Amino acid sequence: MSFDQILFYVFSFWFIAASLAMIFSRNAAKAVLFLILAFFSAASIWILLEAEFLAITLILVYVGAVMVLFLFVIKMLNIDKSSLRAKFASYLPLGLIVAAIIAAEMALVLGNNQFGLEMMAAPARHAADYSNITVLALQLYTDYVYPFELAAVLLLIAIIAAITLVHRNEGNRKTQNIAEQVSVKAKDRVYLVSITTPNKEGK
Amino acid sequence: MVSLSDYLILSAIIFCIGLVGIFVNRTNIITLLMCVELILVAVNTNFIAFSHFLGNEAGQIFVFFILTVAAAEVAIGLAILTLLFRNKGSINVDVTNSLKG
Repeated sequence: MSFDQILFYVFSFWFIAASLAMIFSRNAAKAVLFLILAFFSAASIWILLEAEFLAITLILVYVGAVMVLFLFVIKMLNIDKSSLRAKFASYLPLGLIVAAIIAAEMALVLGNNQFGLEMMAAPARHAADYSNITVLALQLYTDYVYPFELAAVLLLIAIIAAITLVHRNEGNRKTQNIAEQVSVKAKDRVYLVSITTPNKEGK
Repeated sequence: MVSLSDYLILSAIIFCIGLVGIFVNRTNIITLLMCVELILVAVNTNFIAFSHFLGNEAGQIFVFFILTVAAAEVAIGLAILTLLFRNKGSINVDVTNSLKG
């Protein structure tokens, strides 16, 4: 067993274990912490796949921002735990059956006969001076620059939507009164006063 | 060496765990959102594995956009959740049946 395989199985074990612990944990805050462990393991696996930029992005954006947002909301809402787990077991058998069928079907389709090393050989590792960020940036700012701009606009819309949804006390909101702005006269805004300026002698 | 099918089966397992999570935690919206995140990470792992084995960076670009959209989704989802808690006093899925005829 090569070193790559050992790493892969270690990271996979923690990925799967953390995911299982996440979905079965009774406490939402603990579930977030398990999900953070799952994301770290996923980032490790992405680094094995030589996607360093996305692995770092996963940790920075997901663990650093999104998961902290989750924790913030969980702590802020102070959820009643007992009401949320009343129907815990009722849908578990159905969910397990559906998931087992999906997993079995996917294992049949994605097994070694279709995607094994004989069918698709592992590519050679890149040299030490290979920069994943440079390669991605070259694609992102040439071929994919339009989707990139659209993603930026999407984030802007998300910011505005999130703020609009949770904002309250409309009385403090700064708004424009269009009619007042249009009907304003110059003399309402500027008035001239004549003052006597003293000359050089101070008289 | 680790083959492509290992990565694909790993992400299939994670996808199924996320699916079971949606079944199990169907009353808690926060955990539902986290299960959706888990499913998205499984899909992203698929994209990156194919990108690595086919030598094509387009898959990684796609993952980049999926991460962007997922971050926006979480922000708006948690905003809606806060609003729901403010109006209903609970985030149980069962209380969100106001549109029921």
